[in-house]
Amino acid sequence: MIKGNFIDNLPKVYGIYTGGFLGFIIIMSIAEQMGMTAKTIGICFVAFTVAIYAIIGYLSRTAQADAYYVAGRQVPTVFNGMATAADWMSGASFVAMAGGIYFKGYGYMALLVGWTGGYVLVASLLAPYLRKFGCYTVPDFIGTRYGGNLSRFMAVVVLTVASFTYVTAQINATGTIASVALDIPFQYAVYVGLISILLCSMLGGMRGVTWTQVAQYIVLIIAYLLPVFWISNKMGAGFFPHFMLADEVSRIAELEAQFGFVKNTAENLKEVPKGLAGITKAHSAVNATPWAFISLALAMMMGTASLPHVMMRYFTTPSVKAARKSVGWSLFFIFLLYSSAPMLATLSKLSLIDPSLPTGIIGKSIAEVQSIDWYQNWNQANLMFVSDFNGNGTLELNEFFMGGKAVVLATPEIAGLPYVISGLVAAGGMAAAMSTADGLILAIANAISHDVYYKIIDPKAETAKRLVVARVLLVVIGFAGATIAALEIQGILGSVIWAFDFAMSGLFFPLVLGVWWKRANKEGAIAGMFLGLVSGAAYLVWVRTGGSGFLGITQLTFGIFGSAVSLVAMVVVSLMTQAPNAATQKMVDEVRVPAGKSILGKQH
Amino acid sequence: MSKQEQHWEKSKGLLMMTLAIWFVFSIGIFLFGAEMNEVTGPFGYPLTYWFTCQGSLGIFVILIFWFANRQEKIDEEFGFSERGDD
Repeated sequence: MIKGNFIDNLPKVYGIYTGGFLGFIIIMSIAEQMGMTAKTIGICFVAFTVAIYAIIGYLSRTAQADAYYVAGRQVPTVFNGMATAADWMSGASFVAMAGGIYFKGYGYMALLVGWTGGYVLVASLLAPYLRKFGCYTVPDFIGTRYGGNLSRFMAVVVLTVASFTYVTAQINATGTIASVALDIPFQYAVYVGLISILLCSMLGGMRGVTWTQVAQYIVLIIAYLLPVFWISNKMGAGFFPHFMLADEVSRIAELEAQFGFVKNTAENLKEVPKGLAGITKAHSAVNATPWAFISLALAMMMGTASLPHVMMRYFTTPSVKAARKSVGWSLFFIFLLYSSAPMLATLSKLSLIDPSLPTGIIGKSIAEVQSIDWYQNWNQANLMFVSDFNGNGTLELNEFFMGGKAVVLATPEIAGLPYVISGLVAAGGMAAAMSTADGLILAIANAISHDVYYKIIDPKAETAKRLVVARVLLVVIGFAGATIAALEIQGILGSVIWAFDFAMSGLFFPLVLGVWWKRANKEGAIAGMFLGLVSGAAYLVWVRTGGSGFLGITQLTFGIFGSAVSLVAMVVVSLMTQAPNAATQKMVDEVRVPAGKSILGKQH
Repeated sequence: MSKQEQHWEKSKGLLMMTLAIWFVFSIGIFLFGAEMNEVTGPFGYPLTYWFTCQGSLGIFVILIFWFANRQEKIDEEFGFSERGDD
């Protein structure tokens, strides 16, 4: 079933899969009517979907290097787009994004613009050229274009720093969801999450990850869109929320003006559990300076173009032409979710704060709010909190606090949707976090096994031995990530943004100039990667330890400083040293033309 | 100028145009975020708000497909397109 005509049958296979998943949702909702408990539904959703991914992972097992590293370079455009979208949209996008918009409004939406605009850079500057190159990994491109083991090794270092920062957050997210859905302690749930992740990638490498990511995209997009449309209809806000929420947005602005943003005293805020926030920023007004918005968007865009787990997805397409189109499809599938997040934030906020809606809690008495079922549930989960700061017995806007995750996780329940939707959302969050974690762990393990082990340490190694090394590394890196995740050092969103900054500091200019500037040479690239990463990291440490920063560059945008240093270092050092030799220049010329053989052979 | 150089010149031109459009909708308009938000945009949303939720994002999707088609045309013009289909 899987080989040969599997590719031709893809629409049918995933069509049946989607139908099966919808059928499963219906069965679960019937079971709920018949009295299945909420807990059992949650377990069923997570266990059923993870089992399916594991089966796909098993069926995609392979013993060939090009299938393991680049899925045999035969993934069709649209399906690669779906896989990239799942690879891209992490637990943070799924669980935390709507919450960020809900609390921070305009200032946060720079991330939406940045995380989509980056794909224009991917499509126009990099992806088609790296596909033509025919590399297995991103350091493979750096190492061959610039030459020398040191440049290759530096690229592996940057890739590992950026991806590892990112992956701990994803394993953390799988752990959070698994611990809630399966009702086990977080420290164990992290490892349950990890094993699910490894089931998808261990046997099939990139091929396994590709086909599970497509399956995960289908689950996560259904899980995100279904509640948004349902809530919107239930509230009478419009059957197609994206085009019809203008009244709701202006109603929120009206209510904000009516309630006012009362500032709480530090004394009062001490009572509020850690991680919860109140509504302090306007929903749709511009509440950030142009530079604060633009610098964050720019950092995310350049980071997008430098993150190896995204770039390597475009190595799997059959042609250069397909790589370009595939970037477009990726962004389309991402757009479906990203354009819905602000709508969910709007619906969630209005349903909570509008006193004229039955679900609105602002203006009710504190005692009444505290007796609501869903309030008690989410208060127990440490995601909601109310307190009567001014002692008037009524809940004011500044007296209501919520965790960022609650917007996605709790809104269905608040709006009165059946529990089956909450189970579905848990499965969607799990799919989002798993698919990103898989892509990242594979990117690190492949870079170390291919670029460090095979290209530097033992170039004569047999394919079988290389793949054993790759798989061992996969497990080791996964466990290292899970162990750090279990320590719960950083919040999900913070470390995700850092990963973008690290990646752009070290890799953006060495990658882009490798294609677009023939004069760029080995010494320049090494200086660019090294100084970029080091200066970016130093800036982060400086700001974190009380440094004031400059030019309004914060700990979220330190990559702007790092990449500027990287660019200057690369240009200066390149010009001071010898131009690359004729063979390298010719290689760059060939990369710029889609036709003809790839630079690196099919098996290398 | 050789055929390959001409092809690269044209590709660079397309890149510049693509990046210019990208710059306008990812950076340029947000220089005037506060002023623009006073205007009512599509579907009745405040204009800057609409761009951050849907406008810029949707324009990026269209821009990439437009770029891919134009680049394919350039490749075909110089006989550099690949054989076979995706």
